[in-house]
Amino acid sequence: MGGTPTDLKLIDENGRRLDGRLPDEMRPLKIEAGVLSRADGSAYVEWGLNKVMAAVYGPRECHPRHLQNPERALVQCNYNMASFSVDDRKRPGPDRRSHEISKIISEALTHVVFTEYFPRTSIDVYIEVLQANAGTRCAGLTAASVALADAGVPMRDLVASCAAGKVADTVVVDLAKEEDNFGQADIPLGYVPRTGEIVLLQMDGDLTSDQFNKGISMAMEGCKKVYEVQRDALKRRYEVRSAGTELEVLGAAPAKEGM
Amino acid sequence: MSKDVVADLKRDHIAKLLEKGIRTDGRKFEEMRPLTVETNFIGSAEGSARVRLGDTQVVVGVKLILGEPFADTPNSGVLTTNAELIPMASDTFEGGPPDQESIEVARVIDRGIREGHAVDLDKLCIEPGKEVWIMFVDVHVLDYDGNLFDAANIGANAAFKTAIVPAKRAGKGEDYPLPVKHQPISLTAVKIDGKILVDPSHDEERVADARLTVATIENGNLCAMQKGLDGAFTLDEVFKVVDLSRRIGEDIRSRL
Repeated sequence: MGGTPTDLKLIDENGRRLDGRLPDEMRPLKIEAGVLSRADGSAYVEWGLNKVMAAVYGPRECHPRHLQNPERALVQCNYNMASFSVDDRKRPGPDRRSHEISKIISEALTHVVFTEYFPRTSIDVYIEVLQANAGTRCAGLTAASVALADAGVPMRDLVASCAAGKVADTVVVDLAKEEDNFGQADIPLGYVPRTGEIVLLQMDGDLTSDQFNKGISMAMEGCKKVYEVQRDALKRRYEVRSAGTELEVLGAAPAKEGM
Repeated sequence: MSKDVVADLKRDHIAKLLEKGIRTDGRKFEEMRPLTVETNFIGSAEGSARVRLGDTQVVVGVKLILGEPFADTPNSGVLTTNAELIPMASDTFEGGPPDQESIEVARVIDRGIREGHAVDLDKLCIEPGKEVWIMFVDVHVLDYDGNLFDAANIGANAAFKTAIVPAKRAGKGEDYPLPVKHQPISLTAVKIDGKILVDPSHDEERVADARLTVATIENGNLCAMQKGLDGAFTLDEVFKVVDLSRRIGEDIRSRL
């Protein structure tokens, strides 16, 4: 958490944040499922100024082979930021931060996937951050769950993700970039709405225990809203047309001229 | 990248249809797939475009940073093109450092925009020999259904048109539009059983004998070419592709 430039007021007299939001207000969220043709499942998320694409391949043969588990599938996530996704061009390729994020997202998703159905295989999840504005791991995890469902991978539930944090001594939900850079704390949360389980949790900064309690419950409320948007995206993708063509699934990949 | 296996059955199927003058997706031999270009797609980039060419989808981002010119071109900005064939786009792409295929894609795109003078690099010079703009053109492939060359080339041209040099942020005066000079548009064709098809799909690329990419500028002059794969072209076939490149390039240019 960096120091606040003296002229930057993260919360104004009316309790509004830099982008005009109230403390418990989230940025606009849009999710679209099934946006890529080659991947087995995919989802595109626009969350505030974040633009994130997720794709799922598998279950398929596990590479590297020594990671194969004879009892269950391995969920391998790869979080990657495009070089043009941030203001100062990022060098392409993984760094320590993206390795860590890949790991915690893999672990969060593994919890909800019925991995025991696909022994020795790998379910590969690719998250590409095309434009970043704080909260990309939440957007990535949110997109990845929808992509997994779109790929038809059996899951206990979707994982919804949202962050809360503290700016100008106020607990707020879903931090934007300036709030993340100049705020006092950040708590990204991954949540399974059906069971109430927490599958991803990080925190950095400085919070009293009351602020933490408030933050985590705000993040949880955020996750529940995210969950509705995730479900809606999947419903739109797999909506069944009513009039006469009962069996036609709208979102199904168009039958290609095959063999 | 791991090699795709193509079933003989599929190869035969494509060849048989071509015999009747039909492509598997119903296109004519000289017909491009539907093209959509969305510019200014990435707010954090100085210029950007999302291009859909059929099911192929790429995002091109342009970033400019201050740096030193090369010793042999002290009065010119520096152009760097990079292509990321990320595993998201295809089950045959693997992570890690760029492989031969990514490098070829990046270099063919680079050649088109460099030799066709898409951007006036001399206008990206701030102090000769000391300080110039370094321009990064990053191609991010999201969905791979063949013909990355043309999708990325179109994306780069579209991104340049809307790109802004971030001079203010760097304390170098007011922002100004990227100095665009020409619009070199590339066209890629493949040869399958002696037939020339433009804008190959992934399946067509996989069964193709040879591939040729030709980039042209507004006045019809050629600025870059690349022949690929282990088959061969006759001179007439090369002329035909050059002709097609001029004609289709003009159409694409008018739509950017």
